[in-house]
Amino acid sequence: MAEPFLIGEAMTGGYGAADILHDCTVAVEKGQIAVIVGPNGAGKSTAMKAVFGMLSLRGGHVRLAGEDITHLSPQARVAKGMAFVPQNQNIFPTMTVEENLEMGAFLRRDEIRATMEQVFELFPILRDKRRQVAGELSGGQRQQVAVGRALMTQPQVLMLDEPTAGVSPIVMDELFDRIIEVARSGISILMVEQNARQALNIADKGYVLVQGANRFTDTGATLLADPEVRRSFLGG
Amino acid sequence: MDILNALVVFLNFVFVPGLAYGAQLALGALGVTLVYAILRFSNFAHGDTMAFGTMATILVTWAMQSAGISFGVLPTALLALPFGIAATALFVLATDRVVYRFYRHQKVAPTIMVIVSLGVMFVMNGLTRFIIGVGEQNFADGGRFLITAAEFKTATGLTEGLAVKITQALTLAVAVVVVALLFWFLQKTRTGKSMRAFSDNEDLALLSGINPDRVVAVTWVLAAALATTAGVLYGLDKSFKPFTYFQLLLPIFAAAIVGGLGSPIGAIAGGFVIAFSEVTVTYAWKKVVGYLVPDSMAPDALLQLMSTDYKFAVSFSILILVLLFMPTGLFKGKSV
Amino acid sequence: MNLTSPGAKNAALFAAVAVLFVGTGVYQSWNSSFGILNMALISAIMALGLNLQWGFAGLFNTGVMGFVALGGLAAVLTSSTPLPQSWQAGGPRIALALVLGAATIALAVAIHQRLAAGRGRSLALVAVLVGGFTLYRYVLDPAVTAVEAVNAAAYGNIGGLGLPILLAWPVGALLAALAAWAIGKTALGLRSDYLAIATLGIAEIIVAVLKNEDWLARGVKNVISLPRPVPYEVDLQKSAGFLAWAQSWGFDPVTASSLVVKLCYAGLFATVLLAVIWLSEAALNSPWGRMMRAIRDNEVAAAAMGKNVTLRHLQVFVLGSAVIGMAGAMMTTLDGQLTPGTYQPLRFTFLIWVMVIVGGSGNNWGAVLGGFLIWWLWVMVEPIGLLALQGVTAGMAEDSWLKQHLIDSAAHMRLLTMGVILLVVLRFSPRGLIPEK
Repeated sequence: MAEPFLIGEAMTGGYGAADILHDCTVAVEKGQIAVIVGPNGAGKSTAMKAVFGMLSLRGGHVRLAGEDITHLSPQARVAKGMAFVPQNQNIFPTMTVEENLEMGAFLRRDEIRATMEQVFELFPILRDKRRQVAGELSGGQRQQVAVGRALMTQPQVLMLDEPTAGVSPIVMDELFDRIIEVARSGISILMVEQNARQALNIADKGYVLVQGANRFTDTGATLLADPEVRRSFLGG
Repeated sequence: MDILNALVVFLNFVFVPGLAYGAQLALGALGVTLVYAILRFSNFAHGDTMAFGTMATILVTWAMQSAGISFGVLPTALLALPFGIAATALFVLATDRVVYRFYRHQKVAPTIMVIVSLGVMFVMNGLTRFIIGVGEQNFADGGRFLITAAEFKTATGLTEGLAVKITQALTLAVAVVVVALLFWFLQKTRTGKSMRAFSDNEDLALLSGINPDRVVAVTWVLAAALATTAGVLYGLDKSFKPFTYFQLLLPIFAAAIVGGLGSPIGAIAGGFVIAFSEVTVTYAWKKVVGYLVPDSMAPDALLQLMSTDYKFAVSFSILILVLLFMPTGLFKGKSV
Repeated sequence: MNLTSPGAKNAALFAAVAVLFVGTGVYQSWNSSFGILNMALISAIMALGLNLQWGFAGLFNTGVMGFVALGGLAAVLTSSTPLPQSWQAGGPRIALALVLGAATIALAVAIHQRLAAGRGRSLALVAVLVGGFTLYRYVLDPAVTAVEAVNAAAYGNIGGLGLPILLAWPVGALLAALAAWAIGKTALGLRSDYLAIATLGIAEIIVAVLKNEDWLARGVKNVISLPRPVPYEVDLQKSAGFLAWAQSWGFDPVTASSLVVKLCYAGLFATVLLAVIWLSEAALNSPWGRMMRAIRDNEVAAAAMGKNVTLRHLQVFVLGSAVIGMAGAMMTTLDGQLTPGTYQPLRFTFLIWVMVIVGGSGNNWGAVLGGFLIWWLWVMVEPIGLLALQGVTAGMAEDSWLKQHLIDSAAHMRLLTMGVILLVVLRFSPRGLIPEK
């Protein structure tokens, strides 16, 4: 099998003394959507944060386009082309939408207008509200700002931690549509999701984690059809 | 009913002094609020930073005066101000490097940072007294009055005169310029925006590649500049005594908190709220009321709500009321 | 004996501080050494009080100065000469005004709590506060003028009760405790740096009241000649028995009387200090003390376990302030006079903080050690600094401006030294010389 574009392989570690991840592997191919699902406390967010370098691993590696980035700080990984959207507190609330996007592109010294236009194409409502203070937007719109901010670095991989947490179903559908569009533009997506069914629906690859270890790994469609997966995690 | 004379008395004894004092407090509160927004602690050494900065400016002023440099009708201290700011900024950056940085990297509780700032306060206070002594220093030169009371009376023919000191007008002018510059910096420049982002959401700012050391350094430089300017303006207007600046700490904190700790606009609004409250509550309204009511009802008593010695009791009471009932302040700064 | 055990180490620290005092006695004079010792004893008690608040409960009180001042006020009110004429001139009316003021505040609080938020309540509050304040001033002002007019040069205040001054010490504690209760009810809910600012302001106001309300304690005209719990030097010098005793020891009468008086004070203060230490240690090791520290370490968890955090904080705040107030009364006793102008926050609040932190916050013996050590340093830095600067500038020309300036500035070395000590301790030994167990 060809080396995936981004892979966190056999990751073992946690935040302190106790390990949360046990030999966990998640990966995503170029331009594809990989989704991590599982019950509460399964270590989904932890796995993604490990790939991003927000906790140190006792064992395992993370490689991006073949390069070992296990020991890079999160900021360094951003410079390498990774982008991360946290679940909470993922915008600058007292700054305008436009300023949020500008801050997203802080590391870039070149002209960012074009990228900002692309973000506005993807999220038209942000164009309308570009001068509005981000903290005053609705939950779904704030998520769009958060994702837009992450896209400003023109990343190769976009990592999303439960992007639809706390939004209404209609907004969730819209967000998923956007995520598919982003993937179609060539950016790989690695996503942790609580709404397993909808997420697996759009996923090229799905990772079901239980207690920090891989339980099921397959394409999204296969997992959706698998009776055992359905019974355990998708409510039949 | 002599409204014009009443108005002139009001302007002369309440409004103009209140404006000047408010501008000075606003500048001081801006420094405190900036440090709070970015470094996330209440800097008890800010008053003595003002004293240190004013001292440095005074020394340069003296050097300039003995070298024959003057600024015409404006105080020479204005020319010396940039040097004073530079010296204070250097000192404050050194303090950060030697003292605060250690605790920041350890992510200690804000209370500990405040106690550390107490130590820095001692050192700055001691250094200032060591270098310039405890005596009162008058370093204002140049013209004294923009309009004297006599000139005003002659011009308008009123009984009451309105005197505007050059230092008062200067305070307002400088304050306006400084605030405009500060807001331009925070709203329009990349560094300024990165500071606002850092204050808003530190983790996300770090993720975006914003350099924390740079943000911290710029914050200290701005705080030093604001403190020095506020201190010099206050010292020009009244006089310089190292001890007075520690006493200003309370109204300055009151102003910052009333406006909303962490909000620059709040600091400015708070500065004027506190200043005008102090002045109006401790002013003897007898004269003004005398002009406004019929002679038969003219008051005998001074009509002074509180004696001037209780000035800061006023700012303190407002502070307590705000802390108890509206802790995020007028402009919703960072909450309690 | 295990030389590295904590007990041995602490004993060594106290011994080292004792050496400092003995050294001062030998190289300077025993008079100054005992003088420093007396204030050190008092400072140690203040540090103990602050340690109760900060070390036990994590309360950030920068209003120490206010409670010290209240203790001084208690000394004046309890034991200065009664002035029946002054009291008659306006005393009862002043008392009425104060009662009216307190009633206004109580009424305002009640309105705030009983009525629902809204325009009605705000209007009622404004009416009560404005009306109450006007009434208060109407009743108070003439009475104050009358009292201050009686024999203004020598008195002008309402006088005291003429009781023995030792009684003033518990009265000081009580007065401070009452103030602390009122302050605590209002301000203890605030976050720690806000509490610091609030207590700073309150202390300034208390001292401002003392300085300006001449009818209370003569303001900045000061109250002198407060009675003493120990003999006067001049009386000792007149006593034949004392003169004989002094001679047998080889002292001249003046020095001997001065030393004996200081030693008497030291004995009194040491007794109180030992009592406070004993009580504090008992409290620390009691279930109450353990609960206080549990609350300090994790307030949320403690509250979740059902501990009434607010009440406990209030208790500690009141107790600590009472101790500080008592020390304030003791200090005014030692001085023999009340001089409100000397109540400076740097000297009274922040110096005590340095004592607690350097000594070891959370540890009673640490607070005491810090009290002794830092007070000794505070006094001795000036002469030692002067010596040092004279040595440093020895090589300079006699009329050199720099030399003059450095010598003149030796007095300000104190603040610098204290600041540096505080910063050094916070950085390299944050738990202090005698850490919390």
